[in-house]
Amino acid sequence: MSRRILGPFNRVEGDVEVQLDIVDGTVREAWVVSLLYRGFEQILQGKAPQDALVYTPRICGICSVSQSVAAATALADCQGLQMPANGQTATNLVLANENVADHLTHFYLFFMPDFAREVYATDAWYPYIAERFRAVKGTAIREVLPARAQFMHLMGLLAGKWPHSLALQPGGTTRAVEIQEQMRISSILFGFRRFLESTLFGDRLENILALDSLAALQAWADQFPWQHSDFCRFLHVAEKLQLDELGRAGDTFMSNGVYPGQTAPLFRRGVWTNDGLSPLEPDDIREDISHGWMAQGEDGAAPKHPFDGLTVPDAEARDGYSWCKAPRLDGQVVEVGALARQVVDGHPLLRDLARHSGGNVRNRVIGRLLEIARVVVAMEGWARELLPGEPYCNHAPMPDQAEGCGLIEAARGSLGHWVKIEKGRIRNYQIIAPTTWNFSPRDAEGQPGALEQALVGAPVRAGEKDPVSVQHIVRSFDPCMVCTVH
Amino acid sequence: MTTRPATQKNLLWLQSGGCGGCSQSLLCAEAPDLVMAFESAGIRLLWHPSLSEASGADFRGLLEQIKAGEVRLDILCLEGSVIRGPNGTGQFHRMAGSDQPMMAWIDDLAHRAEHVVAVGSCAAYGGITAAGDNPSDACGLQYDGEENTGLLGADFTARGGLSVVNIAGCPTHPNWVTETLMQIASGQLHARDLDALGRPRSYADHLVHHGCPRNEYYEYKASAEKPSDLGCMMEHLGCLGTQAHADCNTRLWNGEGSCLRGGYACINCTAPCFEEPGHPFNETPKIAGIPVGLPTDMPKAWFVALASLSKAAAPARLKENAVSDHIRVSPTQRGKGS
Repeated sequence: MSRRILGPFNRVEGDVEVQLDIVDGTVREAWVVSLLYRGFEQILQGKAPQDALVYTPRICGICSVSQSVAAATALADCQGLQMPANGQTATNLVLANENVADHLTHFYLFFMPDFAREVYATDAWYPYIAERFRAVKGTAIREVLPARAQFMHLMGLLAGKWPHSLALQPGGTTRAVEIQEQMRISSILFGFRRFLESTLFGDRLENILALDSLAALQAWADQFPWQHSDFCRFLHVAEKLQLDELGRAGDTFMSNGVYPGQTAPLFRRGVWTNDGLSPLEPDDIREDISHGWMAQGEDGAAPKHPFDGLTVPDAEARDGYSWCKAPRLDGQVVEVGALARQVVDGHPLLRDLARHSGGNVRNRVIGRLLEIARVVVAMEGWARELLPGEPYCNHAPMPDQAEGCGLIEAARGSLGHWVKIEKGRIRNYQIIAPTTWNFSPRDAEGQPGALEQALVGAPVRAGEKDPVSVQHIVRSFDPCMVCTVH
Repeated sequence: MTTRPATQKNLLWLQSGGCGGCSQSLLCAEAPDLVMAFESAGIRLLWHPSLSEASGADFRGLLEQIKAGEVRLDILCLEGSVIRGPNGTGQFHRMAGSDQPMMAWIDDLAHRAEHVVAVGSCAAYGGITAAGDNPSDACGLQYDGEENTGLLGADFTARGGLSVVNIAGCPTHPNWVTETLMQIASGQLHARDLDALGRPRSYADHLVHHGCPRNEYYEYKASAEKPSDLGCMMEHLGCLGTQAHADCNTRLWNGEGSCLRGGYACINCTAPCFEEPGHPFNETPKIAGIPVGLPTDMPKAWFVALASLSKAAAPARLKENAVSDHIRVSPTQRGKGS
C-alpha cells in the first residue's frame, strides 16, 4: 500500500489536493483536501446587510452571479420582498447565462483536455480527440472562446458586466431592458443556439431534449459517425473508456431547485434516490467540522444548522485535514450538480441513466450538456417575456432584525446562503457551496464525502504518477474550490 | 516600427487568495480572443490554472525547471492575494502536492522572473480578501493596501527593472490584461507607463466618469434615489465614478456593459482599500447634505456652488427620468416644445 498525494489539480476553479491509498492498482481510500481559506464568513460579520451583494459574488469568479442571486434571495427573505415579473425574468436570464457558460467552459476547457493526455496515445480515437480538445492548442477552443464571449454579451446588456455585477438585487434587477435590447438578447441567443446545434450537438436542441432513455441516446448517436459533433465525440470516448463505470458516489441527489416562475420553478427542489423523490427539508442541513481545520464552539463539535453556524479556522484542529466543512442532509452525504438537478427534476433521460448506473463520470457530463439545451430553450422564452416599460425592481427597507436564507442552484450544484441580521448589521452569514457538498471531508461518523466515495475503486495504471482516472473523476464534478471553503 | 519579440516570452500564471474572476473575465476577451492574443504577442503559456493540461507532478516539475534555470521565466502573473496567515505561516494556502505555502513559491518565483504582474486588486493590494479584519492576513505582491509593504516590499524590482505591474480591478477588464502583457512582451512597457500605484496608465489615466451614460444627470445633479433609477448615482447611491481610475465607460465590458450602464454604482475597484469604504457601498456618506467624496481635483467650494446652480437649472425631464427606470419624458424637439 502506498499513500499518494496528488496536486495541484488545475482546470478546476481554485486548487485541490487528493490523497490516495492505492492497493494493487486500485484506489482503496481517498481524502480530499481543500487548501485555501479566505474567511468570507468572518469578513461579513458586522457589515451592512446589503454589502453582502458586493462581497459574496467575489467569493468566486466563475459562480459570481450565483453567489449574488443567493445573497439577494437571502436578503429578500429578510425583507419579505418579492420581485416584479421583469425582475425575476431578468434574474433568471443572467443566472442562466452564467450557468450555461460555466457548463461550456467545463466541457471544453476543463474536462475534455484530459483525453489529449499521452496516456491515451495508442487508442484509435486519440489523434482526433487530441487535435480537437488539446489544452490551449486544440481546434475546439478557437471556436468556443468567441462563442462563449458573444453569449456573455447578455451580461453586458442585463448585468453591466461579468463577473461581479451589482445588478442582482433582492427586489429585482437594476437594468431595465428596453425593446431594442430585448431584440438583441433574442438575437444573441439565436447565435448561441446555432453554435450549439452545429458544433456541440450536431442536431436541433429539440431533438436533444426529446432523448428520453439510454437506449434513445444510443440510437441517436448511432445515426452519426462518431466525429459528427463534440457531444458524439464525447459519447464515443465515454463508451470506449467505460466512463459510466468510473466515479460512482452514493447516488443520493439533491437540488435546491432554480429559476422561479409564476407557478413553479423551471427545475424543481428535492432529493432523489433509487427509492424515488422526496422533499428537501432545509431544516435538516447541518455542517460537521470534525475533520475540518475548524475550532469548536462553546457547545463542542456538534454539527450546526447554518443559521447557527460558526466559522473559526484552527490550523491545529485535531482530526482536521481540510479547510472545508462537511455539510450533511439529515446525516446523509449527497451529490449535487447538473446531473442531480436533472434527476431531481425528473428529466427522463437522466433518470434512466441514474437508474442504470448512478452518478458517474459519463452521466455527470451528459447531465451538463443536456441541461445546456434545456436552459437555452428556456432563455429564449424568457427573452420574449420581458415587458419593456414595466418595472424591474421592487424596494423595501432592510429590517434591523431578521433572518433569511437563499437556496439556489449554481452551475455545479446547490448553493445556500443563511444570514442573521441584528441591530441593522450582519450578525452571522453562512454559505454552503456546491463543492462544499461534493468535496467535503469525512464527518464525525466517519462517512467520506461524495468525491472521497467516488474515488474508491479508481484504477491506477502501472507507472502513473497522476492517475488519469482520478483526473476524470475529480473534474467530472466540475469542482469550484474557491467557493468550497470561501 | 514596433519591435517584435525575437523569441517567445514564457508566461507562468499562478493563483492564490482570490476568486479566479480575473481569469474568467480574461476568457471573455474578444477581437482577438485570448488564445489569439497570446499567439500574436509571442507569449507562450508555460502554465495557467484554468487552461493548461499539466497537473500535479508535471506542474511541479515545471516549477523545478524554472528554479534550476532550465526554463526561462519572462512573465510571472499572480491572480489573487498573497496569503500570509495564520501567524505568518501562509498555511491558509498551502500549494497542493507541496509542503510549502503558496506565499513561499510566489516569493521565490518573483525573484526569478523578468517581469512580475499582479492581475487584479487582490494581487495588487490585497483586495476583497483583505476586507473586514483580514482573517487570512492577505496582502498584495508589493502593496498591503495603500502602503508598499506587501510580500515583496518597497524595494523590489523584477530582473527586467520594473516594480510589480499592478493591473488592478475587481475583476480586471480582459483587455487591460492582454494589452499590458502585449506591451511587456514587445518591450514597450516602461516605468513611465505606470502610475503612482503601479497601475498601467493606459487605462488608469482615465476616470470611470469619462463616457458615463448618465453624464447629463450628473451635470444637473438629477439623482437616482433607488436601485434601477436612471439618474446620477453620486449623490445618494455611493457612486465613485468621478474618482475611480479606469476606462470602463469608454471601453465597455462584455460587449456593451459597465457598472454604470448596468444600473449600479462604481465602487472604485481599481483602488487600494476599495473593499473597506467605511460606509455601506451603496450609500453616499454626507456632511450637512453634501457628499463627502467629491471629484479629487476640483476645488470643493466650486463644486458645491456649481452643483447647487445646476440642480436649480435642471430640466423637468431630467428630474423625472432620474427617479424612473426608463425614459418617461423625451427630449424636446426643437421648434415643437411646449
